[in-house]
Amino acid sequence: MNSPLLPVALKARARIAAITSGKGGVGKTFVAANLACALAKRGERVLVLDADLGLANLDVVLNIFPKVTLHDVFTGKVELDEAILPAPGGFSVLLAGSGLVEYSRLTPEVRERLFDVIDQVAPRFDRILLDTGAGISDVVLYTVSLADQVIVVATPEPTSMTDAYATIKVLAVQQQRRTIRLIVNQATRLGEGRAIRSQLQQVVDRFVSPTLPADEANMKIDLLGEVRSDNAVRDAVRRRQLLMETLPGSEAAKGILAIADRLRG
Amino acid sequence: MTAMPESYHPPIGLASDLRLDTALQLLEQSGHRLPDAHTVDHAVWLQSLVDGLCELSSRDALTGLANRRQFELALAREIDRVARAGEPALLLMIDIDHFKLVNDQHGHPAGDQVLKAVAQTLGECIRPMDILARFGGEEFAMILPNCPTTFGQTVAERVRLKIKAQRIAGAAGQQLSVTVSIGGAFAPQWVRSSAPLWIERADQQLYRAKADGRNCVHLEQPPISFVSAEEKGLLFGASPFQDLE
Repeated sequence: MNSPLLPVALKARARIAAITSGKGGVGKTFVAANLACALAKRGERVLVLDADLGLANLDVVLNIFPKVTLHDVFTGKVELDEAILPAPGGFSVLLAGSGLVEYSRLTPEVRERLFDVIDQVAPRFDRILLDTGAGISDVVLYTVSLADQVIVVATPEPTSMTDAYATIKVLAVQQQRRTIRLIVNQATRLGEGRAIRSQLQQVVDRFVSPTLPADEANMKIDLLGEVRSDNAVRDAVRRRQLLMETLPGSEAAKGILAIADRLRG
Repeated sequence: MTAMPESYHPPIGLASDLRLDTALQLLEQSGHRLPDAHTVDHAVWLQSLVDGLCELSSRDALTGLANRRQFELALAREIDRVARAGEPALLLMIDIDHFKLVNDQHGHPAGDQVLKAVAQTLGECIRPMDILARFGGEEFAMILPNCPTTFGQTVAERVRLKIKAQRIAGAAGQQLSVTVSIGGAFAPQWVRSSAPLWIERADQQLYRAKADGRNCVHLEQPPISFVSAEEKGLLFGASPFQDLE
């Protein structure tokens, strides 16, 4: 039992980061899994929660297909502990299981259960990564609202940048987010992450910040790092292995480790 | 069983073990007409009876508006439409201010008069495709499909002012007037959301309108995920307007 007299601040609680992207297929889940692995290598207790409730695929990326999923926790079939599983990269996962169609809509029940689950696991980890679904549906927006930090994954493709920008805009207005952390995946040249960050920042300065209340700080996009487009990534994904484990010396893996370090501050 | 008018008699030869008395009484009381049992098929007559009962079970008895059941069906349909078509749709929750005072000071018959009069005025504010319902007590709900986000405030204000200007004749000849507080929220476009959440968001705004002194409108600001050509131009470093400068 928690003592009601214990100040909240004294209760150690995981830092919660939501990983989102707007556009699908930019490597959000790949980044989440490998970032978790990198953070675990740095000694953190990490949980990745597959919050893509409708079309989850963290299980595919990690090549683990457990019988127990978040669905069973939601329906009360199993205890939360039984659904938290060890993943290959030295971290823990809570998998949604694909095809949870009934949870792809944000109903008050889904909202409450997701909140409860996160609330219960938060004291037991150093960091929780919420791997959200694609798009800016209300399930995604709600999941993001539960996080302390938002990480947007984008690729240099114009469609990805546009959707990343739209996501940032919605989060600024609707959730009063003032800092968005950016990971540029599939960067084709060194420094592309910085270029994309400054492009996004420029548009945000011009179109988003002026619409925010004047007394609040302006929107800031903070580059966590870039992950270089790398054949090693394609191979690892195809073999359903963690890049951080199989090819830690690759350009992409080094990029992810640098991102982990920057996230740790 | 009292005698019923001819038109509320089942056709001769219709299975005699059907218990239709209560249904027929309800329809008669509500004024729903059934086709002449002698001239139509049994199936046609029964269909009309079922239609009449459906109609009855979807209306609020006092105001004649759609009731909560009908409203929730309509709301679910609208969410599906918004998810597919992406057209903006607005939900307004409209609550009569200090309605308890009307009841306390003028009696419940006057309260009923006010509810009916407000329902009628609200009915005059809507387009044919809109849905107006009595949500419960003195709270009404309005679904406005295909309502551009920029019009939301204007539409809601018009409703508020119309109710405010209305003079209602009470049961004892007195003139009553009431105001309403309105809360509204747009359905998230292209998104499959849920009806309870949409209602909750509009209700939150209604709560804010009440807290703000009543007789006012509060709409949830829709998240703007639209990216304009100008924004895209700047994003990709080739503004179409740069050439003009």
